[in-house]
Amino acid sequence: MSWFRRWACDPTLAGVAIVLSIFGIGMIYSAGVLNVPSPVTEGAWLRQSAWLLVSLGAFTVATRIKPGWIEWVAMPAYVGSVVLLAATLVVGTGAGTAEGVQGWIEVGPLRFQPSEFAKLAAVLGLARLLAARDDSPETLRDLLAPSILIAIPLGLVVLQPDLGTALAFVGVLFAGLFWAGTPPLFLFLLASPGLALLLSFSTLVWSLYFVGLVGVLYAWRYRLYLAESAAVVLGNLAAGTIATPLWGSLAEYQRNRLLVFLDPAMDPRGAGWNLIQSKVAIGSGGLLGKGFTEGTQKRLDFLPEQHTDFIFSVIGEELGFVGVLLAIVLFSALLYRLVHLAEKTTDPFAGLVLFGIFGTWLVHIFINIGMTIGLVPITGIPLPFVSYGGTFLVTCWTMVALSARLAQEES
Amino acid sequence: MRTVHPNLRRGRARVALLLLGLVMGLLAVVFFRAQVVRGSAWALQSESNRLRVLPLPSPRGTIFDRYGNVIADNVPSYSVSLFPAPLDSIESGLRRIQPILGFGEERFNRLVEQASADRRQPLLVDADAEYEAVAALEELRGELPGVFLEMRPKRRYMGGAALGHVMGYVGEISGDELERPGFEEYEPRMIIGKDGLERQYEDLLQGSQGVRYVEVDAVGRVVGSFEGQAAAPALPGDDLHLNLDLALMEYIHQIFPDSLQGAVVALDVDDGGILALYSAPSFDPNRFVGGIDSQLWTFLNQDPTRPLFNRAVVGRYPPASTWKVATAAIGLEMGVVDSGEFMPQACNGSFRYGNVVRRCWDSSGHGHLDLAGALANSCNVYFYQLGLRIGLERLVERGTRFGFSEPCGVDLPAESSGIFPGSLDFWQDRFGYRANENEVLSLAIGQGPNDQTPLKMAQFYVALGRDGTAPAPRLARLRGEEEPEIEWSLGLGPESLDALREGLREVTAAGGTAFMSSLEHWDFIGKTGTAQQGLEQDRSHAWFVGLAGPWFEEPEIVIAVIVEEGESGSAMAAPIAAKAADYHLRRKYGIPTDTIQTLREHINAGVSAPWARWNGRPDPPADGSAVEIE
Repeated sequence: MSWFRRWACDPTLAGVAIVLSIFGIGMIYSAGVLNVPSPVTEGAWLRQSAWLLVSLGAFTVATRIKPGWIEWVAMPAYVGSVVLLAATLVVGTGAGTAEGVQGWIEVGPLRFQPSEFAKLAAVLGLARLLAARDDSPETLRDLLAPSILIAIPLGLVVLQPDLGTALAFVGVLFAGLFWAGTPPLFLFLLASPGLALLLSFSTLVWSLYFVGLVGVLYAWRYRLYLAESAAVVLGNLAAGTIATPLWGSLAEYQRNRLLVFLDPAMDPRGAGWNLIQSKVAIGSGGLLGKGFTEGTQKRLDFLPEQHTDFIFSVIGEELGFVGVLLAIVLFSALLYRLVHLAEKTTDPFAGLVLFGIFGTWLVHIFINIGMTIGLVPITGIPLPFVSYGGTFLVTCWTMVALSARLAQEES
Repeated sequence: MRTVHPNLRRGRARVALLLLGLVMGLLAVVFFRAQVVRGSAWALQSESNRLRVLPLPSPRGTIFDRYGNVIADNVPSYSVSLFPAPLDSIESGLRRIQPILGFGEERFNRLVEQASADRRQPLLVDADAEYEAVAALEELRGELPGVFLEMRPKRRYMGGAALGHVMGYVGEISGDELERPGFEEYEPRMIIGKDGLERQYEDLLQGSQGVRYVEVDAVGRVVGSFEGQAAAPALPGDDLHLNLDLALMEYIHQIFPDSLQGAVVALDVDDGGILALYSAPSFDPNRFVGGIDSQLWTFLNQDPTRPLFNRAVVGRYPPASTWKVATAAIGLEMGVVDSGEFMPQACNGSFRYGNVVRRCWDSSGHGHLDLAGALANSCNVYFYQLGLRIGLERLVERGTRFGFSEPCGVDLPAESSGIFPGSLDFWQDRFGYRANENEVLSLAIGQGPNDQTPLKMAQFYVALGRDGTAPAPRLARLRGEEEPEIEWSLGLGPESLDALREGLREVTAAGGTAFMSSLEHWDFIGKTGTAQQGLEQDRSHAWFVGLAGPWFEEPEIVIAVIVEEGESGSAMAAPIAAKAADYHLRRKYGIPTDTIQTLREHINAGVSAPWARWNGRPDPPADGSAVEIE
């Protein structure tokens, strides 16, 4: 197996990724086994297999790149991805199960999702930016540049509009800042306007939160510039007040998704449908599941987007809790390995890239799996390696390649 | 950035791993709760999500005739229905299958109306779809949410219109019927007997519905087989064996004049079993299966000849001369007349009673007649005198005892009772005057307030063929059922019965009114009748009621025929009775049925009839044994 070791750079990472990818193709195949066959899902597993071959090719190439080149290409890649994202807004099209999202660019017969590449580019860009610093961010102002760096692609993705992918960028930002040594308080303050936005649904709760926030700022007044404190207060005030107009600016389906998250029974035939059916599918899977390809909820088309965003519902229905646990263990192993490699590496850039990838995957996994069971609101976000989607698979494998390559260089 | 100290990295890694552990642990706990702790509840919901409960229609019991031939059975048919859904989905569903099933706008509107009236029941679009349409629907099922096909047993009647009135028909249970007592076990959409035997023996013929589950997908398309999985099988109804003779029914249907109305009843003398019960015009019960179309229904109901009216058991006619046998029987039973006795007044064409003059049908008169002669000539004058001897009160009393004011008790849902005075109060109640003794003149010759169903007349003649008793006529032969109860007896000894039969025999002998209908192989005896209707210009109804059997043996079949406005009992009704009786007996004794039957047919065909009884009956064999029939 020495060839594998040589090829994979990091056999653990690549091995788990291969297992997950094949597992995913199996589930995509099963998702296509319907009682009334649908042309969309029927051949998806074959196309995904082809994409896996492309991904392995990309992996082979990417693991041969010199780490220095990776560092060098980080910023150009970031700029390029931002340009592509901007272009998507102009020439983008919807596709597949995400018909309403302008996320794809078509070049001849090829169709890809710049937002997936942009995640990787953002990880690289942020790592480059933070690694260029001499030390950890020590003021809130130091967070400004990294925040803007992430905010640009994030904003462009929101405009598509693709809330799920946008959340992945948030994960990248916080993971990068955390690994760069940003004090947790700063991370909290950075997140506070977002928190204010969530809490603003109730004036009382928001008011209590705001008083608490001011108290925290006062207690830490010696570590913050006055302008920084003022900015945090203003940001929270703004978040609290724009909540209503922002709510109004959301698309109907986005609002409904948030509402049915709180109460799926509100609209069981409409927006709550996906969540209820997904829960029924997973719950009825029981301990051992209904058997591979035998899921009735899936077969009868009750599951929404079952080969992409809701692939985990199929896993839950057909393989039961045992299958769910297996998937969780595999993802844990993958993420654990990333953290382990990041801890080992001495190069700040490598560590930041590894941890940034950890952040984006963790967000993907938690939100994707969590939404199928009603733990988090439904957002269109795929499950790494498992969900159907060529660009995403290639991106994930490139991330594995870069992680393995950068970690290998260090050890 | 400078290299971060390993301790710091380890610290951050620990935080990250803690976060990872929390996230994954949370997911694992949530899924454990949903799948293992609450799994069964979700599993139940998943079942109800995808399974629709549908009834599994049960086949009705098969109906056999007396020889074991199938009269009614079931063949598979496909019905097309739509699952309950919002009205607009129903409408769009109907629009999509409209070209395949090919129904018109009127039917479309009616179906939509039906769907909006009952939102919970599946909507039956076509109860008996063409095979091609079913195949097309099956093929397109992916594009037709809510449509489901159902294999339903479909009733098939072998005799067609020959058995319309006896069989009745089946149809989907109506809302009214569902609420009636006795229908508690029934469910909407079930097929029930609506009339005739199908209704009479509904409890027996109806099986019990099964239950099946059909799998549907998220948009209501049926997946897998349309048959689904049977959770409880449908149990077929019990079979029904009849006294009826299918071939005889078909033969009667064939020989009864197409353009005329009337009825034919044939009874088995032995047990009163109904061999044939035919009413013309008839209808084909097969047309009712799967829902009769409104046009045909309107036609059947508005047709002046009333095809749905069962003349054999519901129609009432003045029995006319056929009732003279009853007068004769009463006279004999009371001992007021002897069979060989001549009435004091010879028939000269009319009869005076007090200041009333009543006519005989033959104005030239019949002269002196004994009982047999009076029956043979249907002489009114003889029966006027016999009636007077009996007396009005006793004639009414005996006639009532013989059941002429009651129904026969046939096993059909509807039967008319005869109209006959129950007592002398009848005239007071009905006409508002006290009965005059001269009413007996009318009653004695089968006129006056006396209307009988063909079945009733047939039942009365059964008593003549037996020992003077008559059981209730039955269509069905139910297992374990005792011999039909005898309700009344003529109270006549064998000599009196012989005398009556001898009189009836002369009717078909040379000089008798129905001589032309006499038969080669059988002792065919009977009485013609011509019943005048109320108005002079109306054409009379033609009657014949008779018995037939092998020579010198007991009669085996009673046959009653009425032809509305048939004018002449001897020319119109008697041949039908003769041919039907002949057909039945020939089949019973294995004689080919394709040869000429009545004397008239022999004469018309120029075929000699050496068997014709120019002088009474053929000579009995010297050794006293029965004539061998070949």
